Amino acid sequence: MIRVVLPAHLRALAGVDGEVELALTGRATQRLVLDELEERYPTLRGTIRDRSTKQRRPFIRFFACEIDLSHQPPDAPLPDAVATGAQPLLVVGAMAGG
Amino acid sequence: MTGVRVLVGTRKGAFVLTSDGSRAQWDVSGPHFGGWEIYHLKGSPADQARLYASQSNGWFGQQIQRSDDGGKTWEPAGNKFDYDGVPGTHQWYDGTPHPWEFARVWHLEPSLTDPDTIYAGVEDAALFRSIDGGQEWHELAGLRGHGSGPSWQPGAGGMCLHTIVLDPDDPGRILVAISAAGVFRSDDAGRTWRAANRGLHSEGIPDPDAEVGHCVHRVAMHPSRPGVLFMQKHWDVMRSDDGGDSWREISGNLPTDFGFPIDVHAHEPDTIYVVPIKSDSEHYPPDGKLRVYRSRTGGDEWEPLTKGLPQSNCYVNVLRDAMAVDALDSCGVYFGTTGGQVYASSDAGDSWTPIVRDLPAVLSVEVQTLS
Repeated sequence: MIRVVLPAHLRALAGVDGEVELALTGRATQRLVLDELEERYPTLRGTIRDRSTKQRRPFIRFFACEIDLSHQPPDAPLPDAVATGAQPLLVVGAMAGG
Repeated sequence: MTGVRVLVGTRKGAFVLTSDGSRAQWDVSGPHFGGWEIYHLKGSPADQARLYASQSNGWFGQQIQRSDDGGKTWEPAGNKFDYDGVPGTHQWYDGTPHPWEFARVWHLEPSLTDPDTIYAGVEDAALFRSIDGGQEWHELAGLRGHGSGPSWQPGAGGMCLHTIVLDPDDPGRILVAISAAGVFRSDDAGRTWRAANRGLHSEGIPDPDAEVGHCVHRVAMHPSRPGVLFMQKHWDVMRSDDGGDSWREISGNLPTDFGFPIDVHAHEPDTIYVVPIKSDSEHYPPDGKLRVYRSRTGGDEWEPLTKGLPQSNCYVNVLRDAMAVDALDSCGVYFGTTGGQVYASSDAGDSWTPIVRDLPAVLSVEVQTLS
C-alpha cells in the first residue's frame, strides 16, 4: 500500500482527510502513483501534473525519505520505504509567493 | 419576495453576499475555496440557483466549480481546456513568437437561456464553451484562427479574453474582448469572427488605428438595446451604435478616461457608469478620491458620484470585472476594490455604502436579482 500526503488545497478538492492510501500493481513509480491517484480522485487531474503532457506542474514537488524526488524520471522506482508503505510520498506545493 | 445575491471573487476565495430587496442588511458567506484566486463567478440567467466559479492558483492550476443551490455547496466540474488542434503562436512581449499556453479562466458567461451552456474566456486568449454544465469544454477555435491571431500580444496582465457579451435578440451573435487584441464579433454562434475595432485609437501601439492590437478593458451592453455597446478602453471611453462595427469616443468631461470597468443601468439604457483611474502607470483614483462617474446621456456628459465613497487618501483600483448592477426597481450598483471593499448603491449611484470592507483584493463582482 502506497501512502500519499497531499497539500491542504488538494485534500479539500479531493474531499479527503489525512493520508491517501493507494494499492498499486507493479513496482511503484511516480507515474503509477499519480495515475492511480487521478483515477481514484478525478478532480485532481491537472492539479499535480499537466493533463496532456503529464509533466509535473512547476510549483509542485515530490519528497520522500527526506529526499527531493521531483526531478527523478516519472518511471524511476520510488524508494523501497515508499513502495512498502513505511514512508509516505509527500506531494508538496513549493514555497513561493508571499 | 425579492432579493439580491452579490458574487464576489477575490485573490483568496469567493464570497456570496445576500440581502432582501431593501439591500440594508447583508449576510456574508465565505470564503469559499479559501486561498485560491477566484477570477470570476457568475449565475445562470436561466436558473438563479446555478452558479459557476473559476478557481485557480499558481501551484495547482485551474478548477471550475459549480453550485446548484445558489452558492451554499459546490462541486468541481471539468478543468480540461485544450486548445483545438495545433495551438500555434502569438506574439510575446518582446515581439517573438510564443506558443499559445493555457493559464487560467478569466471570465465565465452562462447562456441566457440554458443553465448547462456556458462560455469561458481564457488566458492565453481563447473562447471555450461547455454544453453539459461545465464538465467538458471545447474551444470555439475560429476566434483564435482569425488571421490576426499570430500578431496578438499580451497586455500587462496577460493575454486574456476577459469580456463575453451575448446578444439576447440574436443567439448567433457573440462579442468578445481581448487584451491586447481588441474586440471580435461572431454572427454565427462562434464559428467565424471578425475584428470590430474601427474607430478605436490607441497611441500605445505602432499604428494607432490598427484593425487589431487595442487594449480593450471592458464592454457593456443593455439587454433591451443590444446594438449599443459601451467600452472602457485602456485610455478612452467609447460607444458603438452598430453592434461594434464602428466606435466613437464619449469620454467628454471625465477627469481621466483611463479605467477598467463600465456598466449600464438596469432600466435606463443610456445611463452608464465608469470609475476613472489616474493613469496606466498609477492604478489608483485621481487625487486619492474614489469617484464613480455616471452619464445619463449615453456618454460625453458625466457627473461624479461621491456620497459615501472615500474622498481622501484612497488609492485602490477597481478591476474590469468588478462592477455590476441589480434589476430591482431602484437600480442597485455594486463595485469591489483591490482594497477589499465592496460598495453598493441602492439608488442608482446617488449614495454608496460599503457592504463589506476587509475582503482580500476583489477581482470580480456579479449580481443576481432574486425572485
